[in-house]
Amino acid sequence: MTSVGAVIRDPGSSIKNKTGSWRTFKPTLDKEKCIDCGNCILFCPEGCITKDYDIDYDYCKGCGICAEECPVKAIKMERE
Amino acid sequence: MIKVMSANGAISEAVKMCKPKVIPVFPITPQTTISEYLAKFVADGVLDAEYIRVESEHSAISAAVGASGAGVRTFTATSSQGLALMHEILFVAAGMRTPIVLGNANRALSAPLSIWNDQQDSISERDTGWMQFFAENAQEALDFVIQAYKISEDHQVLLPSMVCVDGYILTHTVEPVDIPRQEDVDEFLPPYEPISYLDPKNPMSLGTFTDPDYYMEARYDMQTAMDGAKDVIRRVNKEFEEVFGRKHGLVESYKTEDAEIILVAMGSICGTIKTVVDYLREKGEKVGLLRVISFRPFPQEDIYQAVKGARRIAVLDKNISLGIGGVLFNEIKAKMDVNASGFILGLGGREISPDHIIEIIEKTRNPTETNKINWIGLKEEE
Amino acid sequence: MEIPEKELLAPGHRACAGCGATIGVRLALKMLGENTVAVSATGCLEVITTPYPETSWKIPWIHVAFENAGAVASGVERALKAQGKDDVTVVAFAGDGGTADIGLQSLSGAMERGHNLIYICYDNEAYMNTGVQRSGATPYGASTTTTPHGEESFGENKPKKNIPMIMAAHGVPYVATASISYPEDFMMKVQKAKEVEGPAYIHLHQPCTTGWGYDSSKTIELGRLAVETGSWLLYEIVEGEFKITYRPLERKPVNVYLEAQKRFKHLADAEKEKIQNYVDEICAELKI
Repeated sequence: MTSVGAVIRDPGSSIKNKTGSWRTFKPTLDKEKCIDCGNCILFCPEGCITKDYDIDYDYCKGCGICAEECPVKAIKMERE
Repeated sequence: MIKVMSANGAISEAVKMCKPKVIPVFPITPQTTISEYLAKFVADGVLDAEYIRVESEHSAISAAVGASGAGVRTFTATSSQGLALMHEILFVAAGMRTPIVLGNANRALSAPLSIWNDQQDSISERDTGWMQFFAENAQEALDFVIQAYKISEDHQVLLPSMVCVDGYILTHTVEPVDIPRQEDVDEFLPPYEPISYLDPKNPMSLGTFTDPDYYMEARYDMQTAMDGAKDVIRRVNKEFEEVFGRKHGLVESYKTEDAEIILVAMGSICGTIKTVVDYLREKGEKVGLLRVISFRPFPQEDIYQAVKGARRIAVLDKNISLGIGGVLFNEIKAKMDVNASGFILGLGGREISPDHIIEIIEKTRNPTETNKINWIGLKEEE
Repeated sequence: MEIPEKELLAPGHRACAGCGATIGVRLALKMLGENTVAVSATGCLEVITTPYPETSWKIPWIHVAFENAGAVASGVERALKAQGKDDVTVVAFAGDGGTADIGLQSLSGAMERGHNLIYICYDNEAYMNTGVQRSGATPYGASTTTTPHGEESFGENKPKKNIPMIMAAHGVPYVATASISYPEDFMMKVQKAKEVEGPAYIHLHQPCTTGWGYDSSKTIELGRLAVETGSWLLYEIVEGEFKITYRPLERKPVNVYLEAQKRFKHLADAEKEKIQNYVDEICAELKI
C-alpha cells in the first residue's frame, strides 16, 4: 500500500537494498599498509567504509575508487 | 461588518483572516488586485505572512508546494495563462496532498489573447485533483476561501482547492460584503495540522518516485479523498452556517421543485439567470436554476436529485472542450440519464443578456438538432 | 579540517558504481549537518535516492519537479522562517539541466530575492538521468546523444554556459566553483556557504562514469585531471571579489583530460587545439 502522498517516513530506509549484490570486483583493505589518510572513506560513493577502515560489503558496488585513490595501494580489487 | 468591495477584495479579506504563513503570488489580469491587497496587508503588518514576489506562476505554485510541504498554510492566486503555466505543478500539489488554497479569477485562455471572462481556465484543470468551487458573488468568494481551508486541510481530504470568481464581472465590480469577525474565523478554522512536513526532528522524504507497484494506489487514494470530500463539504457548510449564518452547498437549487425547464450553470451568470427565472415565473412559466457550486468533486447525486423531475434541462458552458463541446454539459450527460441541451456562451467575455437566457429556454423547450453544439451570442456572418 | 563522521546519505541508493554525485552530496551534508532540509530537482540524484518506499535521505527532503528547485527552496525557506525555525539550513541540489537550462528561471528568481539558502549544482555536463543528452553545460567537443559526433559533426559546438558568473551578476554574496576531487576545498566552500546570510551558490564539477565514458574507479582521477589541465577552475566570488582557490603547480595539456574520456575520443587535432587555446586564454588571464 502507498502512504498518503507517497511520503516516506523512514529516513535512510534505502539500507534495505543491499547493493553489494551489484559488484563484480571486491576491494580488500590491508590495514597494515594503511596510513589512515581517509581518502577511501571520503571518496566512497556509498559511504560504506567506516572510520576504522572496515568496508561494508552489503553495499559496496565494487567501483574501485577506493583502490584507485589509496596513496599506498593498500586496497586491492579482486574478481569475486 | 459590511463593506463594499470587489470579489478580489473579498478574497483578500478572507485570506487575511485565515492567516496563511507563506503567500507566493505573481500578478495577472484580472487577479492583480489580490496580489496587491495582500502585499499591502503584509506591509501594514495586519497579515503576518511571508510574501514571496515570485518571478512566474509556475514558481508561485512551486513555492506554495514547498511551503505547504514544510508544514504551513499557504495561499496563491492567479488566472488564465498563469493557471495554465501552473498546470504541471497542480498535479504535483494534489499528488503530494498539499492543502493549498488558490484564488482563480476566471479568464479566457489564449489564443486569441483575451483578458475577459470565461471559465475555460479552471475547467481545463479538472483532472488535476484540485477541488473547484465557483462563487456567484463577492460574498461567496469570501465565504468559500474560509471554507476551502477547512475542507482541504481535513485529514480525510488533504487535497488543494481553488475558489473561482468570474474575471471582471466579479473581480472589478463592487458589492456589499459581510466581513466576519476574526474571532469567529479563528473558532471555525483551527490552525493547520500537517501530517507530512519537513522537520529535522522527524525527517521525511516528500515527492518520491514510484514504480508501477505503488503509483496506482496513490491515485486511488486521491479519488477516495475526492469522494469523501463531498461529505466533508456538507459538514463544513453546516458548521459555517452555524457560525456565520450563511448557507452554502455543493449545489444551489433555485425554484427547481416543479420546474419543467431547469438551467444548469456555474458562477456569476447565475445572478442573471435568477432574475430571468423570477421574471418568467411571474408570467407563469415553470423554470428554475440548478447552480453547480462544487465542480470538483462533481456532485452528481445532488445535481440529479434537483433536475430529474424536469422535462428538459439546459446546461450552460462558459467553456468549450474543442472537438466535443461544453464540459459541464458532457459531464452531466455522462453521469446521469436526463434530457439535456447544451449551450456555449460568454466566451472571451462575450456579454450574456437576459434575452440570451430566454433564447436558451426557448431552444430547450423546442430542441431541434440535439447533437449539434448550440452557440449563443455568436455573431452571424454578414 | 575536522570532517564529521556521520553519513546523512544512506547507502542502498541506485547510483551507478562510481557515481560522483553521491560523493558530492555526502561531503556537502557532512558540513551542513542534521539541522538541514534538502530540496532536489528531478534528476539522477532525486531518482536514485527516493524509490518509494525507500529513501537514502536521513534529513528532511522534498522534490517537486525538474525546473523549480529554486522556487521550492524559496517556499521551504520562508515557511521555516515563518515557523521560527531560522536555524534550519535549506540546501537545494540540482543537476546542470535543472540549473542551467530548465531550472534557470526559478534559480534566478530565488537568488535575486535573496532567500537564505544554499544552491548546489552537481554538474555532470549533460542530462545524465535521461541518458546523456546535451545540456547548456555540456563542454565544447563533447559527444552526447543529442550532439553525437558523426560525418557532419564533432559533437557539442558551443562552450559551457557560465552559470557561476550569472550568479555573481545577480549579486549573490557567495559564489564558488568546486570539484568532488578536491574535497577539502569543496567542504570549506560548503561551510562558507552555510555561514552566509542570504543566498549562496556552489557549482560542483562531478565526473560521470556512465556519461563521460571511463572506468568507474577513475571518477576522482578525472575530476583531478579537469582541474590540473585548467579545464575546470576552482574559485570563489565573495561579495563580488573573485579569488582562485587552487592553482595547479604545473598545468597539464588538455589532451591528458580529453583522451581519458570516450565522449572526447572522436575529436580531431584541430578541435583539441581549439580547446587548448580556449583554456590557455582563460588561464593566462587568471595566471594559472
